[in-house]
Amino acid sequence: MGIESRNRIAKRAAEEIKDGMVVNLGIGIPSLVPNYLPKQINVMFHAENGITGMGASPFKGEEDENLCNAGGYPVTVVKGASYCDSSVSFGMIRRGRIDVTILGSLQVSEKGDLANWIVPGKKVPGMGGAMELAQKAKKVIVLMNHTDKRGNAKILNECTLPLTSSRCVDLIITEMAAFQVSGHGLILTELFSPYTVEEVRMKTGCEFQIIENLRIIDY
Amino acid sequence: MGNSFKKIISIEEAMENFHDGMTILFGGFGGIGSPPTIIDGILEKGIRNLTLIGNDTGFPHIGIGKIVSQGKAVKIIASHIGSNPVAGQLMTEGKLDVEFSPQGILAERIRAGGVGLAGILSDIGIDNEMVSSNKQKVKTNGKEYLVETALTGDVSIVFAKKADPYGNLIYDKSARNTNPLVAMAGNITIAEVEEIVPLGSLNPDEIITPGVFVDYIVPSKGVNWKWVWE
Repeated sequence: MGIESRNRIAKRAAEEIKDGMVVNLGIGIPSLVPNYLPKQINVMFHAENGITGMGASPFKGEEDENLCNAGGYPVTVVKGASYCDSSVSFGMIRRGRIDVTILGSLQVSEKGDLANWIVPGKKVPGMGGAMELAQKAKKVIVLMNHTDKRGNAKILNECTLPLTSSRCVDLIITEMAAFQVSGHGLILTELFSPYTVEEVRMKTGCEFQIIENLRIIDY
Repeated sequence: MGNSFKKIISIEEAMENFHDGMTILFGGFGGIGSPPTIIDGILEKGIRNLTLIGNDTGFPHIGIGKIVSQGKAVKIIASHIGSNPVAGQLMTEGKLDVEFSPQGILAERIRAGGVGLAGILSDIGIDNEMVSSNKQKVKTNGKEYLVETALTGDVSIVFAKKADPYGNLIYDKSARNTNPLVAMAGNITIAEVEEIVPLGSLNPDEIITPGVFVDYIVPSKGVNWKWVWE
């Protein structure tokens, strides 16, 4: 997936963030989302390691080794930011104070099951904070490639990889399309130009409904 | 500087509290907020067969990762080992027993140990076999919860920005992370600190860890590893 599609996905995800929200971003494509937020909205970015109010990356030479995001990379803070310990940081998550979490995934099922923590026999890194975020954030948005490197569908009837959390995903955005997760399976709500519904169908591992006024995104 | 509570000791004196086969709780998140001087002391003393409890295994050359990647631990209770490939390799080879706990639940288990509770009730991962297997379940208010047991250990090691001679601690920005929780959970708590300030010079309102939880204070020689972003 080229830079272009990563940025299109991030730009679409940014539309979900509204004024006053508390937002937790995962690593990878989710970290590009702040680049597409309108300047006039106030958002507090939350990091599991105990920052509420993360700002942009510091300039080279201005990094503070004790001010980093959950991935261990230097950040800055905005006005109104606060630090807390891990207990309080996850208290915010479990208490439902995080409005949106945006994360990557290996697979998502039509029921909104999320599998993003283990590839058996290959990669067993541990769940970190993903289970709590997936289970307790008010809205869970997954940004990912539509297919894996071999071209296999990542949106499936049932995930084949171990689940991080079941029935937790609300919205899936890929380089081809966006789907809402409803109580009755997936609903295709948007298509990225120039992809067609047929192309999306071929690369998706489950059935989906199509919303009446399907939006075509051409940015 | 006064040492009226006899808590300020050298790293050599602090090392007398460490021995083979012990359980160490460590503060830090990705190595940030982990105590570099104590970690080096443990390595220099050659202590082995350790059980480690903390957020993650750092990076191979950063934080607690230095101890893990030299094969000095036999067990670790953590939420994530992904940033330390050596930890994953040791786990695959059966040389390191890893118990994964969801990050905030791990923090809460450590906190529970530190505040004298036996455990907490949590619904995180309750429908996930990898989290819920072998755990007791209880029903309260009509909902089912997992019993997540408290964690304590022989020694807690934490990293703080400032201490006064009583061991009152304040931390630096995101280097606080698990440190205030870990500081409460050890049978003995040793705080490595960047700066020791006179009694009375910390504003009681700004103290994060009351010195009552801190047994010893060790001056830090500073972080001696290269961060991933450097």
